[in-house]
Amino acid sequence: MESIILQLLNGLDKGSAYALIALGLTLIFGTLGVVNFAHGALFMMGAFIAVTLNMLFGVSFEVEDPTRTDFLGNVMMVDTPYVVYWFGEDFGNWLIDWSVPISVLVAIPVMALIGVAMERGLIRFFYKRPHADQILVTFGLAIVLQEIIKAFYGANPIPTPAPEAFVGSFDVGQLLGFDPFAVMYPYWRLVYFFFAALIIGLVFAFLQFTTFGMVVRAGMADRETVGLLGIDIDKRFVTMFAIAAIVAGLAGVMYTPILSPNYHIGMDFLVLSFVVVVVGGMGSLPGAVAAGFLLGILQSFASMSWIIELIPGINQVVIYLVAIVILLTRPRGLMGRKGVMEE
Amino acid sequence: MLGLNAKDARLYIIVLVMLVFAPFFLNPFPEGSGLAQFNAGYPDMMQRLVIFGLFAVGFNILFGLTGYLSFGHAAFLGVGSYAGVWMFKLLTMNVIPALIVSTIAAGLFSLLIGYISLRRSGIYFSILTLAFAQMCYSLAYSVLTPITGGETGLQLALDDPRIIGVQQTAEGNIPVPHLFGLQMNANTTLELGAWSFTFSVGYYFAAVIFALAFYFTIRLFRSPFGLMLRAVKSNQSRMSYTGLNARPYTLAAFVISGMFAGLAGGLMVSMDPLAGAERMLWTASGEVVLMTILGGVGTLIGPILGAGVITYLEAIVSTINSTILHEWFGGLPDGLENFMVNILYPFVGKGWHLTLGLVFMVVVIFLPGGIVEGGRKIFGLFSRKQKEPGDVPPNAAAQPGPGE
Repeated sequence: MESIILQLLNGLDKGSAYALIALGLTLIFGTLGVVNFAHGALFMMGAFIAVTLNMLFGVSFEVEDPTRTDFLGNVMMVDTPYVVYWFGEDFGNWLIDWSVPISVLVAIPVMALIGVAMERGLIRFFYKRPHADQILVTFGLAIVLQEIIKAFYGANPIPTPAPEAFVGSFDVGQLLGFDPFAVMYPYWRLVYFFFAALIIGLVFAFLQFTTFGMVVRAGMADRETVGLLGIDIDKRFVTMFAIAAIVAGLAGVMYTPILSPNYHIGMDFLVLSFVVVVVGGMGSLPGAVAAGFLLGILQSFASMSWIIELIPGINQVVIYLVAIVILLTRPRGLMGRKGVMEE
Repeated sequence: MLGLNAKDARLYIIVLVMLVFAPFFLNPFPEGSGLAQFNAGYPDMMQRLVIFGLFAVGFNILFGLTGYLSFGHAAFLGVGSYAGVWMFKLLTMNVIPALIVSTIAAGLFSLLIGYISLRRSGIYFSILTLAFAQMCYSLAYSVLTPITGGETGLQLALDDPRIIGVQQTAEGNIPVPHLFGLQMNANTTLELGAWSFTFSVGYYFAAVIFALAFYFTIRLFRSPFGLMLRAVKSNQSRMSYTGLNARPYTLAAFVISGMFAGLAGGLMVSMDPLAGAERMLWTASGEVVLMTILGGVGTLIGPILGAGVITYLEAIVSTINSTILHEWFGGLPDGLENFMVNILYPFVGKGWHLTLGLVFMVVVIFLPGGIVEGGRKIFGLFSRKQKEPGDVPPNAAAQPGPGE
């Protein structure tokens, strides 16, 4: 029972990342009709915003520390980050410690800018082109972005820690009435799950309760008619793309303490999230979220040791297997509507 | 000639001449000159050119003719290489059985995957093939380690059984792949003044295979079967209204292109008997898509050009380092020299993928028809002759339609 709950938590966690990326992908599919292979790159850029901020806060200079001397009696030099020097010991160290959550605030405008630049600069020329062209050009863009990151940050993963306050594990088991220490789960992973739930909730609320969201939903259902009503679809497309970029970026920012980002983290997640989108049903937002969590949970259950012993290698392929089975039995995915992306 | 019309025959002869004289014209710069950097006439490079050309030509049979964009073709290349190495391990170091088995194994494998994937079209098909390929990659990397060698890859060993042929050479080494005794890595060098040209058995063997495969491709493009595939691309539903079932045709195209990929994989291990899982990674599939697009989708010569350009760029651009850059701009004033080097440095050497991505984007954005289309446009600028509407060259029919 304990191990099942642990796997469930693991699955929810993995699923949160899948769901967030798939949500952005689906927003772009559904409204713009563009297959965006560069979406993983947006996730990666979010992660590297956190890395950059963490590095920036850590930039330091050397000062003499009169309280410490080496064995010859010389005063020793210590590294002092600029933020500590500027803002004082307490606030400075707090800034460094909390760099990942603070990156969220930075990432929102930056990702929005990147999204707008991408849409205006590239994607808008591809609305009328075949899907194959969209896949290809965004695939090219993804390569370019990841190579730029590689040129600046190198090829190795860069560890970026979560705040001190979230280090350690939370006793989930006790909360549910099990023995103490039966189900321990890292704090930051719980934070990630709630963060993902919050973002997903916000996106859905935005689409559900604002006029803008209503128009967008109408556009997802029937683009032409909305256009005929005299609504400037173009302007909304930019906003939707920016929102999708923000969602992907934030997913990346918060994921850095869980998995140290490297330059191909985007590509790794991209393939999986495409599978998630297809399983959920192209163009269906609830489908993408549900499929994200479902596949995350399935994957973590498949990596339980007795299941691996039963069917070796199942943990590696379960997502693809599910995708293949679903595509063959339910071509539109779990919650897909008729006629979306069907040629 | 050989059942080809005049235009195709001309194209085929040009390709043949290019194949035969590749060691000369890929080596235009004298040895030891500053530009020797750009020489590509060494056996390794030429073999890669031909093998990836073969892979891309095969891929084009599926993507170019039917419009089905597979993102999993590298899996067939991988299966072909594994099958080839297994033949070397178990049977003989002769390359002929290895190539035959590679092709057949990849063919059977693509029959299975194609049968399932082709139930869907468009982006769903792409995702299905991608999923299958990723699955193969993961399995080859982990569970199938006894068959595939896992992380280290599948390589020959001294204690392989090798039923026909020797287990070890007289010196106690692992034998080299050969064609009835003609070793694949044998080569002779022709010294002509400052130039040195290398002729290798491996390259010419691969070139012969390529020439045969290319002849087959031309015939296939011009056959009623090829026409049927184009009909699938232009309008599948209209085709089904006429009472034709498109599935067998697309499946046949899928299997043929899978066999081409398997053959390419077999050739790859014939040149260098080592097969690894990373050959099946989806980015490797992306690379062949890229070659085909870059050259020109649906044209006969396009994939060859695309494969050539990309393989060449990969080999040449990735070896340029900052020292070479400094040499090039050595004539400039110091500040300008460093500026130029700093600007160009991210695009060469280890950063050559950046160049690749940019080239790729530029081609998709500005030149959807690829190099062939670009060439045709330039040619059109110079030739004043107004073309009659009926006077379309046979290749034009193979152009990707705008609303594909």
